[in-house]
Amino acid sequence: MEPNWQLIRKRETLEKRARIMQQIRAFFIQQQFLEIETPHRIPTNAPELHIDAVQSADWFLQTSPELCMKRLLAAGYDKLYQICRCWRDGERSKTHLPEYTMLEWYRSNYDYQQLMCDCEALLLHLLPDRQINWQGTTIDLSSPWQRITVAEAFSSFSSTSLSEALRTDEFDVIIALEIEPKLPRNQPVFLTEYPTEHASLARIKPDNPMVAERFELYIGGMELANAFSELTDPEEQKRRFTNEESQRQKAGKTPYPSPDLFLQELATLPPAAGIALGIDRLIMLLCNQSSIDEVVGFTPEQL
Amino acid sequence: MYSCSDLKKGLKLLIDGEPHVIVKYDFTKPGKGQSLYKCKLRNMITGALFDRTYRSGESFSPASLSERDMQYLYKDESGHVFMDKETYEQVILTEDTLGDDKYFLVDNMDVEILMHDELAIGISLPIFVNLRVTHSDPWVKGDTAAANNKPATVETGYTLQVPSFVDEGTLIQIDTRTGNYVTRVKE
Repeated sequence: MEPNWQLIRKRETLEKRARIMQQIRAFFIQQQFLEIETPHRIPTNAPELHIDAVQSADWFLQTSPELCMKRLLAAGYDKLYQICRCWRDGERSKTHLPEYTMLEWYRSNYDYQQLMCDCEALLLHLLPDRQINWQGTTIDLSSPWQRITVAEAFSSFSSTSLSEALRTDEFDVIIALEIEPKLPRNQPVFLTEYPTEHASLARIKPDNPMVAERFELYIGGMELANAFSELTDPEEQKRRFTNEESQRQKAGKTPYPSPDLFLQELATLPPAAGIALGIDRLIMLLCNQSSIDEVVGFTPEQL
Repeated sequence: MYSCSDLKKGLKLLIDGEPHVIVKYDFTKPGKGQSLYKCKLRNMITGALFDRTYRSGESFSPASLSERDMQYLYKDESGHVFMDKETYEQVILTEDTLGDDKYFLVDNMDVEILMHDELAIGISLPIFVNLRVTHSDPWVKGDTAAANNKPATVETGYTLQVPSFVDEGTLIQIDTRTGNYVTRVKE
């Protein structure tokens, strides 16, 4: 038996990955964020219809550290970040691993618009040359990055209207199969103002109750981060969780207990915003790799 | 029954009463949206190819195919010829029917022929096959680290990435599920 070549050939990428992780931490330390660790194994996740947790005895592995991060915000911690593992059952493709690395950061007295500026600053910190060359495409990182609302994206890139797509439950299909492939690739793009029914933890936009203050960041056509201004109303959050949970159960999914401590403590959450960014996909972009398999030592299939 | 999480390249499903094989598979999931399973399917009887996107919650019937142990003999103008070692009965499968499986056939290899109503419509390969490298450029020492791997062609015409130390004439093991290099084979 010769040494495992699938591991040997990843050395250059894994070394670069380690350097990028150090640079990400340096960015947040410089901005006086507090690095936090929260438990990976938790009694419940925020109920979301299309995100399935992996069970761990009678608890779950986290699908995101967001509930604990927001409890810290509610206790007065105002600038937090975490780099951790998250698990999402059944997600596997060239850009998905069922266990992957997430970067989340949260700020009090902040909103989703300001988080877009944070994204620009983070990427420019990692890439002072303001450019990514990924799979034959040159991506210009000069700010400001393009902002397209979901409504604009539907009218520009889809033959179906947004209201029709919501009515027929085709929203996700059109985003994935019609809109994502047509998003500009020579520059990062923020897709913003998601319909409220597609943003269960986000604040509703004060001047337009149809949409939430949520965005997704796409770079090179690949979804990299999801962010929103946080919903801070415990009653409204409880209603939305109850609704998501009943839809989950209708779809035959594992029931989640209600995250009661989170809901209680939400009462003291100041206006805040938070974002989750897929580290493995970021490494793919920075190492010019087309598959997530190339930026981790082991995929589940190699264990 | 299969669920969406069972879908993968090579899985055989019964659709409208006919066996189909997934020849290309991709999972996608927009933001916090629902999982979508993009499949390119081939009708195993007619050879027709088409695309279909499934959503989580859908279920599928497995294609119930019987299997017959046979030996691969050779390839001629009519196609790839297989023989039942007990009855000496022969069946021929065309390149179109075999798809990428044709790259992993070695003379005298034992395979399982997939049968649908007495009709041979495909094969089931062993997980690993050994094939000889017939062409690969020598690796130049001092090349950048990206040259850790290089393209190589094996005896069946299949091309794949191999480590730079694999020379022409080397027998290598390939994983037929992924088409990837596994290791050199000691002879």
